[in-house]
Amino acid sequence: MMMRTELTGLAGVVERNVYLVKRYAWWEVAFFVYTVASSYTIVLIAKGIQTTGGRLDVNRVTTILLIGAVVWAYLSSIFEVLTDTVAWERWEGTIEYTFMAPLARSVHLLGMGVFAIAYGLLRAALLFAVMAFSFRLAMPNANFLGAFAVVAIASVSFIGIGMMTAVLPLISPEKGTQLGFMAQGLLLAVSGVYYDVAVLPAPLRAVARFSPATYTLDGIRSSIIGGTGVGGLWHDLWPLVVIGAVSIPLGLWVFHQGEVHAKRHGKLKRSG
Amino acid sequence: MSPLPVAAPMTVPVQDRAMPAIQAIDLRKEFRRRERVGRRFETTRSVALAPTTFRVERGECVAILGQNGSGKSTLVRLLSTLLLPDGGTARVFGHDIRTDARAVRRLVNRVSVEASFFKKLSAFENLSYAARFYGIRPADSRVRIPEIVERLSFPADRLREPMEHLSRGMQQKIALARALLTAPVVLLLDEPTTGLDPRSKLEVQALVTDMQEQHDATVLLCTHDLAEAEELARRVGILHRGELIALEAAAGLKLRYGAATLEEAFFAATGGRLEDEADREADEGGESP
Ligand SMILES: Nc1ncnc2c1ncn2[C@@H]1O[C@H](COP(=O)(O)OP(=O)(O)OP(=O)(O)O)[C@@H](O)[C@H]1O
Ligand SMILES: [Mg+2]
Repeated sequence: MMMRTELTGLAGVVERNVYLVKRYAWWEVAFFVYTVASSYTIVLIAKGIQTTGGRLDVNRVTTILLIGAVVWAYLSSIFEVLTDTVAWERWEGTIEYTFMAPLARSVHLLGMGVFAIAYGLLRAALLFAVMAFSFRLAMPNANFLGAFAVVAIASVSFIGIGMMTAVLPLISPEKGTQLGFMAQGLLLAVSGVYYDVAVLPAPLRAVARFSPATYTLDGIRSSIIGGTGVGGLWHDLWPLVVIGAVSIPLGLWVFHQGEVHAKRHGKLKRSG
Repeated sequence: MSPLPVAAPMTVPVQDRAMPAIQAIDLRKEFRRRERVGRRFETTRSVALAPTTFRVERGECVAILGQNGSGKSTLVRLLSTLLLPDGGTARVFGHDIRTDARAVRRLVNRVSVEASFFKKLSAFENLSYAARFYGIRPADSRVRIPEIVERLSFPADRLREPMEHLSRGMQQKIALARALLTAPVVLLLDEPTTGLDPRSKLEVQALVTDMQEQHDATVLLCTHDLAEAEELARRVGILHRGELIALEAAAGLKLRYGAATLEEAFFAATGGRLEDEADREADEGGESP
């Protein structure tokens, strides 16, 4: 009975996000076209270097860049959805109604997470299809099962980190969203999205070790380019499992602290 | 009028029935304000609700009057667990708003002046997902949403239009529907009829009475409409600068302030001493933690 109430609440969160995507369908189209265009320019870099006289394995580098672009698109979608947990609702003023409903915050955030993964996967899969088709890439060794396992386990950590950035607008309505963007930028820089983390300066390389995206990209590249199966990906999977196991409870805790802070100082709503 | 088509209200556990619906003891709320003083930032505290003690019995309707900024919405937000108190306690059917917030949330719903919806979503969509947060399944809400809005004289054929196409009064009706849909035992109404046309106002008022009489709901009504307060409420409270300076039957208030009307009593209680107001303004800048 209790469980059913929670599931109904969770479905409510998903339902609302589906409505929003439908009502803002043209924005979805616009963002997707933008993502395709920016990914396209990045993936084209390998060919560009070749035409200016560089010598490299174009197919391989193009695949490396493509995986970077697609994984980054997936990550950004997840963060975008989770950040909206607070930012969008504050903007519309619905946040008070959501926060006074008898919906456990963990269920609420889990609902956002479930939707974020579904939404992110759909966008990333579409992007991958469009890119792979336009570049006619050959991936003869690809082990998609391995890549899928990496994405599945990594998603847990992404949700946990997303929860932490989602709460920022509750703590500082003015600066929270900006801070979230900066955190996202840092993740982009350190995680080896378009290059090997080995090229990073030492301090950034140290930060890279804590980013789940680092292991995600490494794992996916091994499985798509090198054909590594789930068994061979352990050195990437175990850090993801650890980061995931820490980041979800930490994310819930951080969110709770932010919520308490907001309720103490009247920050749920801008107008008194 | 037909009975209100809301579901059986959330049941109050048997052991809670004898308890007051709302009991506040020394409930207090302050807000910090950071201001630039020269080159530094200084934090000042302003009292939104001074230690306040009162109780509201089950099934009662209590109206709270007060000037702008007197703390009415702050009181409502505290009781709906949207603000944490800085002191004192409040219980809703025995559940502490701080330590047992989830139980409180199941019993309470609130309607405020601003309707607050996802503006691009339709009224139906807004209501449907919100109902699920209260454990109401779509099979139920699909039936109940049209029934409730019809009772509020909201044209059912406009349920599928985006909220932003609806007039303010219509949005306000959807806000009421959102609260009624969850069959709250305690209804916190923060200026629910502000901006409604005279007929809609009467409809909403009739509905509030219905909720009380047929569903045993307890109502706390913050309003600037003195006639509404007198009509609906058994007792009327006056908040003045965060202090609850009176809480009794309208007739008692008039007697106490030697007034012929509730309006006169309200002015006597709050508006008479304009020079005090100037004093307070001067004080406020100087307060520091
Ligand atoms: N979130 C907040 N942050 C800072 N100050 C606040 C906040 N909410 C209320 N206040 C302050 O607390 C005091 C009481 O405000 P409140 O909104 O409770 O008044 P009100 O009686 O509802 O007024 P109105 O009739 O205008 O709705 C005001 O001085 C207001 O500025
Ligand atoms: Mg108010």
